[in-house]
Amino acid sequence: MVSKPHGGKLVRKLMASRTRERVLEEINEFPRIEISERVAIDLENIAHGVYSPLSGFLCSDELENVLEYMRLPNDIPWTIPIILDVADRGEFDEGDAIVLYHHGQALARMYIDEIYGFDKSYLAEKVFGTKNVEHPGVAKVYRMENLLIGGEIELISEIPNKFERYTLRPIETRVLFRERKWESVVAFQTRNVPHLGHEYIQKSALMFVDGLFVNPVVGRKKSGDYKDEVILQAYEKLFEHYFPKNAAVLAIVRYEMRYAGPREAVHHAIMRKNFGCTHFIVGRDHAGVGNYYKPYDAQEIFNEFPDLGITPMFFWEFFYCRRCQAIVNERICPHSDKYRERFSGTKIREMLRRGEKPPEYFLRPEVYQVVKNFRDPFV
Amino acid sequence: MSEKYVAVEIPQELYERIQKRVQETEFGSVSEYVTYVLREVLASLEEEEEEEVFTEEEEEKVKERLRALGYLD
Repeated sequence: MVSKPHGGKLVRKLMASRTRERVLEEINEFPRIEISERVAIDLENIAHGVYSPLSGFLCSDELENVLEYMRLPNDIPWTIPIILDVADRGEFDEGDAIVLYHHGQALARMYIDEIYGFDKSYLAEKVFGTKNVEHPGVAKVYRMENLLIGGEIELISEIPNKFERYTLRPIETRVLFRERKWESVVAFQTRNVPHLGHEYIQKSALMFVDGLFVNPVVGRKKSGDYKDEVILQAYEKLFEHYFPKNAAVLAIVRYEMRYAGPREAVHHAIMRKNFGCTHFIVGRDHAGVGNYYKPYDAQEIFNEFPDLGITPMFFWEFFYCRRCQAIVNERICPHSDKYRERFSGTKIREMLRRGEKPPEYFLRPEVYQVVKNFRDPFV
Repeated sequence: MSEKYVAVEIPQELYERIQKRVQETEFGSVSEYVTYVLREVLASLEEEEEEEVFTEEEEEKVKERLRALGYLD
């Protein structure tokens, strides 16, 4: 049986069509605020239940609980603040309904429960374990406006989505997993074209569950990242040639990475629980950046949540061992480092940039062909 | 801001049993241990509770989309 939604009920905050028509007619009567890309994506995820049990942006008591205890006030585990920042009160106040806009499009109506200030430094320290502005997540926090608005939302319209064909909402994956008679499903999060290290983790996990849910994160990119279409086509080829038919489902989730390491690993697991997954793969330095987190901190944090409701599957880093002549990891390979070829994303990217074909123990030839077919596969 | 706590009574002997056990673990106190165990137990009970079902109409609409996208035959 697929996982229950986090908190017990799948949140769906989609405005009913008649209400939507009425609201759109009266849209100019509502105070409006323009929201950022990150907030728009969070809004979409709240509305479709990816962030169940959240039905809106956090109020101050919820934020304090999340920061201090990694739980909502009702004790449900929650590790990443989902917050909406504004520069000032503008034309609205607590108790008002406002409309949230992104690039001129009315996305949602929001009921304001609370407008409050917050301590950016405290938030950064709690969420990221550092106040260092070199950390990209910390830098984003300091760039936020000074006030937060808490309250429930209702989605008026969807954000334009060029990957509609690969977008499944939690209600859809739940039906899909049930139709496929999958009682256990492991989720794998990725932002990269699959190499053999990824493939071996996925297949190792698949030995213990009924199905694999490969869930690429689509969102803000940095220079050097793979383009989303390259990732998706590469996975299609990988599944076609190297996975049994119907062993895996590929669907994206739009989400902006925070790079909060351990806390974010738990958040990612909760998101996939809401999609109906029973297990979630956590590898080395999940959601990490630089050297802010120890390699396996993002696995250890799960010890604090016996009630998370999704089982983490921990994997040590895979590498190619020239003595074993296989993809292995430290648990199963006795040979020294000199025989190890690590799956370095940077190394593979550099090879691809130089037009050099990576060895077949790094990248499947069909995946390499996909990347090669793009004039520029990188952002 | 402090997390709200309430005092719960348990038999003295049980408390002492738990206290002895806690010394061999990384838990800092009997309260911490008991909180952990109760969360685990409650989570597994909640898993067994009746799941909210979709309406037939909703489910059919979802299946149509899944078929159209090739996820279902």
